[in-house]
Amino acid sequence: MTPLLEVDGVTLQYKTKQHLVTATYRVGFEVHRGDRFILLGPSGCGKSTLLKGVAGFLKPVEGSIRLNGKAIERPGPDRMMVFQEFDQLLPWKTVKQNVMFPMLTSGKFGRREAEQRALAFIAKVGLGKFADIFPHMLSGGMKQRVAIARAMAMEPDILLMDEPFAALDALTRRKMQEELLQLWEEIRFTVLFVTHSIEEAVIVGNRILVLSPHPGQVKAELNSRGEAGGGDGLVALQSRIHDMLFAERIEKALAD
Amino acid sequence: MSERTAILPPVRPEFVRKTLDASNVGEIVRPLSAWERLTNITAVRRIFILVLLAALWQAYTVPLDNPLIFPTFSDVMAALWKETINGELPARILTSIKVLLMGYAAGVGLAAVLTTFAVSTRIGTDFLSTLTAMFNPLPAIALLPLALLWFGLGNPSLVFVLIHSVLWAVSLNTHSGFLSVSETLRMAGNNYGLTGIRYVMKILVPAAFPSILTGLKIGWAFAWRTLIAAELVFGVSSGSGGLGWFIFENRNELEVANVFAGLITVIIIGLVVESVVFRTIEAHTIRKWGMQR
Repeated sequence: MTPLLEVDGVTLQYKTKQHLVTATYRVGFEVHRGDRFILLGPSGCGKSTLLKGVAGFLKPVEGSIRLNGKAIERPGPDRMMVFQEFDQLLPWKTVKQNVMFPMLTSGKFGRREAEQRALAFIAKVGLGKFADIFPHMLSGGMKQRVAIARAMAMEPDILLMDEPFAALDALTRRKMQEELLQLWEEIRFTVLFVTHSIEEAVIVGNRILVLSPHPGQVKAELNSRGEAGGGDGLVALQSRIHDMLFAERIEKALAD
Repeated sequence: MSERTAILPPVRPEFVRKTLDASNVGEIVRPLSAWERLTNITAVRRIFILVLLAALWQAYTVPLDNPLIFPTFSDVMAALWKETINGELPARILTSIKVLLMGYAAGVGLAAVLTTFAVSTRIGTDFLSTLTAMFNPLPAIALLPLALLWFGLGNPSLVFVLIHSVLWAVSLNTHSGFLSVSETLRMAGNNYGLTGIRYVMKILVPAAFPSILTGLKIGWAFAWRTLIAAELVFGVSSGSGGLGWFIFENRNELEVANVFAGLITVIIIGLVVESVVFRTIEAHTIRKWGMQR
């Protein structure tokens, strides 16, 4: 089976005023259809930059990123992104209009179909009552739900999530993770999910790419059985990843 | 000291409670007193200030008794009423507003072109910032002699100085509004495949609308000031002059109450545009969207 997304030896760099930052160095991985693929690593491992590369906001200086065999040139609605920030919703549109907006601007759906799909997905994320409300009246968790509904309603080839639950409180975060898994059971989308939380990675993902920091390099690619596996398996995997990332830090401290 | 270390919080029993069914609780309201309700209305508070000012004016001018220098408030109101009834003032207002709208619309249109150019290219940004730095501090009225030379006596000269007074204020605010649109919103827009003019119209303009509206307000005030001043300088063009000319004429005829009536008309129009036109736009856009309280 050919993978949906192929990232092959990708080096990503960006310039700040003073110097050139190498975010990732020769990173490669493959995402298959239906994967809940996690990019996990400490801050500064370039996982968000990598996601921006896949989204098309940043061109790799080395290597290639291919979706369905085609190289990614620019941002496009076939890879819908869910950001961490709550201000990703357009404040001048209601919840329903926000979900409809990409469907209409990309011309992928007609007005009637877009509206039906929008309402269906808003109901799926449990916000049926709030369809005609403006985003500033929603809580953080609700805004993220709208952003997820907006991305999913587009039926993108792959969903890109950049720490979507990081700015939420712990209880809401836990709930959102469960809801995401339920949605996956229903729709079986493909998602590339960035997080710095080992716990979140183990709960949400079925496959976890562990990255090392400064610059980001692949340290391991692991399988998680997800919630279904439950119990000891998850805890064991968590501590395994923890040791992996922690060992890195000790080595570095010794080297310094 | 030994006493302080002995302080321990008391051990209290634990408890677990059943919560009440609060799902169909309606609105819980605290009734406001009539005075609170009255003073909660912005219009009431503002009218109170206006009445106070009018009373002070009357109290000062009645003992002064010098209608040539400072007529009483009641005299001015009478003059205002008379000039409105005989159709003089409405005709002047119409003349002024017509020119004003022409200049304002042209200025805003040019500003839109200039800022779109400025956000899409780097040279456009430099062009806009250089021009605004040069021309924004230049009073529009200072260009009037030149405008008269180029376009002669008449509306084209007025429109020219009006464009100058509107263009830079609106461009500056719109551009700074565009620059402050959050990175997340920009990326979201790009993510949907929006580029070029669609990106500007569908993402940047609404996202920067608070700044754009501020620019439009400042531009309006500048234009109104400039117009009255310009009319005072060269007055009548085609038969009937505008409000500025009305003020100038009446000063020459020593109809001081009419001069005040003209000034008050200028103020009233400014207030109406600010508190009716712009406030309505605000209520239906940025306030509804939660961008401004």
